[in-house]
Amino acid sequence: MNPDKIVKIPMGPQHPALKEPACFTISLNGEKLVDLDLRLGYNHRGIEKAAEERTYIQNIYLLERICGICSHSHTTCMIQCVEQIAGLEVPARGRWLRTMVGELERVHSHLLWLGVAAHEVGFDTLLMYSWRDREIVMDLLAAMTGNRVNYSFNLIGGAKLDITEEQKKDILKAVDALEERTKYYIEVATEETTLVARLSNVGYISLDDVMRIGVVGPTGRASGLDSDARKDDPYAAYDEIPFKVITDTHCDVYGRALVRMGELMESYKIIRYVLQNLPDGPIAVKAPRKIPAGEAISRYEAPRGEDVHYVRANGTDKPERMRVRAPTMVNLLAVPKMLKGDNLADVAITIAAIDPCFSCTDRAIRVSDYDGGNAKVMTWEETRQFSIDWYRKNGVDFTELNKRFANRIK
Amino acid sequence: MAASIIEMIVFPGFIFLGVLGMIFEYVDRILYARLQNRKGPPWFQPFADFIKLGAKEDVIPREADSRMFKLAPILAAAAAVVASFYIPMWGGSALHSFTGDAVVVIYLLTIPTVSFFLAGWYSTSLYSTVGAVRTITQLFAYEVPLFLVILAPGILAGTWSLSGMAVFYSQHPLLCLTNVLGFVVAIVALQGKLERIPFDIPEAETEIVAGTFTEYSGRLLAIFRLAIDIETVVGAALVSAIFLPFGIGLGGVLGCLVFIIKIAVVMFILAVFKTSMARLRIEQMVNFCWKYVAPAAVLQLFISMILGAFIGDAFIGGGE
Repeated sequence: MNPDKIVKIPMGPQHPALKEPACFTISLNGEKLVDLDLRLGYNHRGIEKAAEERTYIQNIYLLERICGICSHSHTTCMIQCVEQIAGLEVPARGRWLRTMVGELERVHSHLLWLGVAAHEVGFDTLLMYSWRDREIVMDLLAAMTGNRVNYSFNLIGGAKLDITEEQKKDILKAVDALEERTKYYIEVATEETTLVARLSNVGYISLDDVMRIGVVGPTGRASGLDSDARKDDPYAAYDEIPFKVITDTHCDVYGRALVRMGELMESYKIIRYVLQNLPDGPIAVKAPRKIPAGEAISRYEAPRGEDVHYVRANGTDKPERMRVRAPTMVNLLAVPKMLKGDNLADVAITIAAIDPCFSCTDRAIRVSDYDGGNAKVMTWEETRQFSIDWYRKNGVDFTELNKRFANRIK
Repeated sequence: MAASIIEMIVFPGFIFLGVLGMIFEYVDRILYARLQNRKGPPWFQPFADFIKLGAKEDVIPREADSRMFKLAPILAAAAAVVASFYIPMWGGSALHSFTGDAVVVIYLLTIPTVSFFLAGWYSTSLYSTVGAVRTITQLFAYEVPLFLVILAPGILAGTWSLSGMAVFYSQHPLLCLTNVLGFVVAIVALQGKLERIPFDIPEAETEIVAGTFTEYSGRLLAIFRLAIDIETVVGAALVSAIFLPFGIGLGGVLGCLVFIIKIAVVMFILAVFKTSMARLRIEQMVNFCWKYVAPAAVLQLFISMILGAFIGDAFIGGGE
């Protein structure tokens, strides 16, 4: 291969295909992709550190904001850890309600994904249709919990709100409507020639690679990996609800679309089953403010894949350590593998097909010497001095400005 | 002299075409929106966009060749306007007409595409360059079928003058039915020429930002968009003059109305195309064009030639 022919195109940090900042540097030979370099970290918010400064109650609020789409997933995952440490037994009705909100969330996330994926391949009509229908489930969530996005439905020890008979009827009616629409989308996705042409044989990843990299969620299941935290390690009410784990053997973007559509149909079944068999009783137990010392890990099958949370408690009302692993973290690592030999046109859809959420994933990055690979740890003071020197070297001196500010503060 | 200058600049020249182009941009946008179950823009949106863009600063990249950068949009708009002078709109003949003007029109309609390429190439930014290369790759795929099907009806009509063709087919409307295949091919090729979904590969937003037009802003971008609008109307007028030659020679208000309805029909077909498909990849597009569209165009050519040999003698000369 002639290295002169390789063109490097930056996709990101700001790019129309990306909904959040991330940088994919693509090396191209003509339209063919040779290599892909991935840089993250534009969106790091320090949530894990912030969680250590807050009480458990405040952390529910904080963790809900890790992700705008899987907001219920992250809180449930964290709360399950805390409940495990505190030895709380969540009442059955609370667990079932959590399950239902979780599934409604999956429905809205997958419909959102369908629209984004359609947009990435230039099929804006499907985007408009699926996002219009997504409003049905958003309205349901708003009616049930009071909020469209961050539902604030969880409590340590159960659920915050109960549902009424009327709401049950509304949900059943909406689910019927959504099921009808989803069948239509399955038809579109499998029969529209241009769409199938754009999705098939794109972003191929074999089952072996999926297992080696540790890909989770619909992305893994589309390569035939029969793994779902809801089945493998049941939480909430999933051990009492019958449902199928959808897998596919296409191993490409088309397969990922089929898996997500199939999961939508399963979610409707789960929601119906929950509403028909909702046990009576209290929805929550009272949780202590101070959680006894201990540590726990919990898994949750978020719409995008498996969330893993780890909490270490030290007997106070604040956690000592909280660790979040969002599914995008592992799925992103598979993207360079998927894109080898594909076209430039396939980059956007392949990235979108793992349903990435960069801000959920971004974490503290150790800044190392990029060329030499020498790691260096700097204290706060050293970092500050380094920045002052760096700017001075580049002709910017803040000394005078700092003096003026200092005077003004006085 | 003064009359022909007015014809060129005001009616049915540059200003008329520009306004018509923007009206049809609105028609296209509202159709696209309604087909997608959206509300769509208000009627003045294309005009507002044009005025707003015109009021903005032109930013020319330092790396770009500034002369070519400025020339490209003007070239595109001028070529599209000039092409319209040879297309019969509602009168029996076009503003100017001579034997073989069909070839000239196709040539003139290629110039906007070439100027898109030049604009992208001389912008020198990565996205623009990729967009430019895609534009020219795509040109090779749809241009030949378009050429073939525009000229095929001329064989039966015995003339390669667009006005002659239009008059011939309006006198023998039944013979239009022999050109149905050509009409389909022309619509597909036009979709490619106008770079609309599923052939909007050169400006695929999610891949290469705005492709060729990535570096353009302000007035230059406004002119480019105007050029595309005019090209759309001229393309639709060309297709409707050859394949839908009804109401030619009515003249006056009625003729004008029929002309606009015909363009609207073509625009509607184009909008349905745009709504119901995903964007293809460049190699899929080229494959599709050479595997299906080009053979269909050749087939149309054969149909016209065979018909011309058997029954054409009775008609040839009828259109002149």
